[in-house]
Amino acid sequence: MDSGHTAWVLVASAFVFLMTPGLAFFYGGLVRAKNLVNTIMLSFMSIAVVSIIWVLWGYTLSFSDGGPLQRWVGGLSEFGLSGISTDANDGYSILAFVAFQMMFAIITPALITGALVERFKISTYLVFLLLWITLVYAPICHWVWGGGWLSDLGALDFAGGTVIHINAGVAAVAAAFLLGKRRNPGRQPNNVPYVVLGAAILWFGWFGFNAGSQLAADGIASSAFLVTNTAAATAALTWGVVSQIKNGKMGAVGVATGAVAGLVAITPAAGFVGIYGALAIGLGAGVLCFFAVDLINSTGLDDALDVFAVHGIGGIWGAIATGIFAVEAIGGTAGLIEGNWEQVLIQFYAVAATLVYSGIVTLVILKILDLIPGLGLRASESDENIGLDISQHGEQASVDDGAD
Amino acid sequence: MVKIEAIIRPERVNQVVQALEDIGCKGFHFVNVTGQGQQQGVEVFTGRGATTTSRSSLPKTLLVTVVKDDQKDSVVEAIIESARSGNIGDGKIFVSSVGEVIRVRTGDRNEDAL
Repeated sequence: MDSGHTAWVLVASAFVFLMTPGLAFFYGGLVRAKNLVNTIMLSFMSIAVVSIIWVLWGYTLSFSDGGPLQRWVGGLSEFGLSGISTDANDGYSILAFVAFQMMFAIITPALITGALVERFKISTYLVFLLLWITLVYAPICHWVWGGGWLSDLGALDFAGGTVIHINAGVAAVAAAFLLGKRRNPGRQPNNVPYVVLGAAILWFGWFGFNAGSQLAADGIASSAFLVTNTAAATAALTWGVVSQIKNGKMGAVGVATGAVAGLVAITPAAGFVGIYGALAIGLGAGVLCFFAVDLINSTGLDDALDVFAVHGIGGIWGAIATGIFAVEAIGGTAGLIEGNWEQVLIQFYAVAATLVYSGIVTLVILKILDLIPGLGLRASESDENIGLDISQHGEQASVDDGAD
Repeated sequence: MVKIEAIIRPERVNQVVQALEDIGCKGFHFVNVTGQGQQQGVEVFTGRGATTTSRSSLPKTLLVTVVKDDQKDSVVEAIIESARSGNIGDGKIFVSSVGEVIRVRTGDRNEDAL
């Protein structure tokens, strides 16, 4: 066991952990003030629930040997992490790997909540977390990283463009579709500084997300660190410039969102591309996701916080771009720019499989939850009007009405 | 006794407060309000920077003071001079009668309480 690698994986795990509270505020600042606590709670409850599920059956379903089902899902041999000793290692401690992967499992459903905000019942959400991690996240994770069919196919996903972002993006579409529109959508974010601070925490944490995925404190991790930052910065600037051209102004929310879009797009590519690839990926994310926001809105779907436009489209672009810009000298696989067109095709398969599986299964899970008496997806109309903070949590984000 | 409610530009609050103190009017309160009048609104982004919406209501400050009848003119004058910029959006002043005024600490009534 290498102490340097293990130390880095542990630190990276803590970095990725912080991304979920960061997301809580990134989303929180965007909603109306009366729903701020609820929006933050959606992310925090993911931490609470998924942390437990992961160490019981989440990890083993994602990463253990599934026997005859190995191509599709793992088994339960490592339920409760049984059999994984403190000596178990692959250079780095396996227990550190469990912790690292747990943070990814936590943030993925939290991403989906961006489409659910301001109207989703919190009790149903807790049940949804349990079912979704088990039936959607774990299988897809297994396909790509657990020795399943997508890794057999040679799909490249360094840090989770498909497993986390495309997955969450299409699940958000399914959720928004079933949930319906908010009754009186707010016109402005309630707290822009929260949005920017949240995005900054996400950007910080993403260094752990991407560079940590190398599972070693080495040159590839360092390269991933650099390209992550490059793509984020490029996408942020691109979004700002496009906004300036289109609207005459660039807003902080837009630039922050651009950064996140760039980070999403570089996620599958981080250990495979170089600086020029990162610049291109950031540029593409800034442009594509910008126009995707409007496009999705025009369909009438109330994906309230543009989860599909940023994570879905950003993830799809990133996955395809990985096939384009992969450099063999960096990550061991050549992309289109080095004459290998087949990788792009493989990436398409991975994207399509994730879209179809996650979209359909998420739809089914939510539809069933909607039909169960006592559950249901939507908060009542009066709850939605009062605001979910008070109606579902009995709390107010801030008290500024003169009350002591 | 009259209540003077002045809707003024927030950036003029300090000047108005100074002007009121200069003429001996030391009791007033103010609060942020939002509203609209002749002044045009602003364009704000609805979210990510891809779409904008017109926010026609603007922030102003509502300053309220209750004074004796014979102070009314000098107070209104002080407010106008310190709050006026000459551009649309300078605000409005409303003067109304007050039925009774009581000082909480002593129970003094009406003119004695001002």
